[in-house]
Amino acid sequence: MSDENKKKGTDPKTYKFDTLSLHAGYQPHKNAGSRQVPIYQTTSYLFDDVDHAAALFNLERGGHIYSRISNPTVGVLEERVASLEGGTAALATSSGMSAIFLTVMTLCEAGDHLVVSSQLYGGTVNLFRLTLPKFGIKCTFVKPRDTEGFKKAIQKNTKGIFGELVGNPGNELMNMPEVAKIAHDAGIPLIVDATYQTPYLCKPFEHGADIVVHSLTKWMAGHGSSMAGILVEGGNFDWMQNDKFPTMTKPYEGYHGLSFAEEFGPTAFTMKARAEGMRDFGPCLSPQNAWNVLQGIETLSVRMKKHCSNAEEMVKYLLAHESVAWVSHPSVPDHPDNKLAKKLLPNGRGSMIAFGIKGGKDAGVAFINNVKLASHLANVGDTRTLVIHPASGTHSQMDEATLKFAGLSHDMIRLSVGIEDIDDIKNDFEIGFRAARKPRLVSNQ
Amino acid sequence: MKFKVNNEEVFASTGGRPFDKNKPLIIFVHGSGLTHMTWVLQTRYFAFHGYSVLALDLPGHGLSGGKSLKSIEDMAEWVSDVIDAVGYKEASLVGHSQGCLVTIECASRYPNKIKTLSLMGGAGAIPMNPELLALAENGDPKAVDLMMDWAHGPAGHFGGHPVPGLYHINTGGMLAKSRTIKDTLGVDFRACDNYKNGFEAAKKIKIPTLSILATDDKMCPVREGRKLADLIDGSKVDIIDNCGHMMLLEEADRVLKVLKNFITTNYPTK
Repeated sequence: MSDENKKKGTDPKTYKFDTLSLHAGYQPHKNAGSRQVPIYQTTSYLFDDVDHAAALFNLERGGHIYSRISNPTVGVLEERVASLEGGTAALATSSGMSAIFLTVMTLCEAGDHLVVSSQLYGGTVNLFRLTLPKFGIKCTFVKPRDTEGFKKAIQKNTKGIFGELVGNPGNELMNMPEVAKIAHDAGIPLIVDATYQTPYLCKPFEHGADIVVHSLTKWMAGHGSSMAGILVEGGNFDWMQNDKFPTMTKPYEGYHGLSFAEEFGPTAFTMKARAEGMRDFGPCLSPQNAWNVLQGIETLSVRMKKHCSNAEEMVKYLLAHESVAWVSHPSVPDHPDNKLAKKLLPNGRGSMIAFGIKGGKDAGVAFINNVKLASHLANVGDTRTLVIHPASGTHSQMDEATLKFAGLSHDMIRLSVGIEDIDDIKNDFEIGFRAARKPRLVSNQ
Repeated sequence: MKFKVNNEEVFASTGGRPFDKNKPLIIFVHGSGLTHMTWVLQTRYFAFHGYSVLALDLPGHGLSGGKSLKSIEDMAEWVSDVIDAVGYKEASLVGHSQGCLVTIECASRYPNKIKTLSLMGGAGAIPMNPELLALAENGDPKAVDLMMDWAHGPAGHFGGHPVPGLYHINTGGMLAKSRTIKDTLGVDFRACDNYKNGFEAAKKIKIPTLSILATDDKMCPVREGRKLADLIDGSKVDIIDNCGHMMLLEEADRVLKVLKNFITTNYPTK
């Protein structure tokens, strides 16, 4: 045997990304041989006897009790996403927002503090800025590129750092490896919302993240049909390294004195989020929606390649267009995070583009009102091309100062590039730009 | 819970229930490079059903102090010391993989102290693949990836963890990476490779013994497990289909069912 073949012989034969996208989390022989994942449309599950019921409630055995806590179809989705992310465990929820909320409520108690990137989806900003303080959890916002700012914002009661890797909608990158180091030096986890990337473009655990959250509604499901979210655990964070996380390390009254960290180690966070969070808050994912997301994930890598290639074409088109004032996408050579994006997003820089339209807000409104193929709606990551004017839509609940801090301007249009024929998208945009150059004339028609 | 053996701190999970010296003791011994957490789907059941449970972290592993022990014989002596340290005169032992070598050796040395023996993915000898051994001794994370690949059967590679949302291979891998690889996995693999007394030790064992084997176990194949079981008088063998070496996670319910029947019959609660 040649040396090269010998080397190959020691390579692990665990399944790779595209195979896991189709198969992970599911064994047909345990499901009547059904090749497709069955939809377990049920609320609850028979116990063999009283002892079996007690064993499930005491976490002595794995299994399902009630679909608010877990469901076999949802379980396949959870394992599949955990496998694709390189995580140890995952917990699916009814939406991306509920995944973030559950993550925070599993991590924090009243009196705790979080350091949060300022460039986030508008709903997430409002959760951290307005809603969490009602639970006694305070947050300090830091601009995503201000890496030192994350360090300075950490307080004694800080329990984690949260950010989107590529901020919505301004496309500013958080330097994940450096921020992770700052978090770990302070003995706290880094939580990353990687919705924009999907694990096809970036696996945050490989760059230091400890918990990843997704709105699965977006590229993972991919077809604009179903709401879903998920939190995924990397398994590498040591909850017992300090006394900051007593609810993870001390005996928990709700489960006969169980210490999640001692008992479940690399899956402790997910176990607690499910046992406590799903029991008490209950933002469960329906099995039908879990199944819909699984269908999307089967073609994730195929779609993401097309999303990214179309996005790069659109970047070139927009950069050269007379009606465009500026373009923000990590693939743009003079984008401040271009080098970092190459490092963190080697398979493509994503399909979210922000651009400024000449003529400001009025031109933006005219553009959006006149495109025909691109859909004007509050979503991203559909197979179809989507556009929105954030200042009057997704981020409209922010005041002027918050908009500015989040990197938003009134001329900004957010574009989620779909997988249509690229020529058709460009032709549609020409219609929008023509209208934008004569906003009053078009809006009077 | 934490206690001391030979002046070093030892961590053992008690299965989520307080340790009670009035109950019969079951000790679980993990495989190479792993920790007490591999046993979570067996230990909690026994802890809630009349037994005192200790799922050990071997020295230098998981949450235990000290350095990894360098030979199976030393580990066997250490398990016996654990029984003394917690104030018991006898215990039932359960081992997985390397833990089988340790428990066989311990049972052969202390026939009056060990009351039953349950072996999962066991063999009389576990010679290591030289390349895997070298990777582990060099602290290369690839050693863990290879171990997780070989330790899971084809079905296990797809996942299907009994606890919803947990993914086998990455969870096992993370356990094996929880301390320095060369100081845990590297030392353990060398200890397994060096151990030659398994078959002789097995011949001395006269206590009730159960071997749980798996059809797709590449690390300790069924034929090797049977060879060992054939040397132990009256040994019972149970074979699990569509399952690899990590049977205690891959087929946790099936393992628990067989283990429960065996232990409650041969080492009943008072």
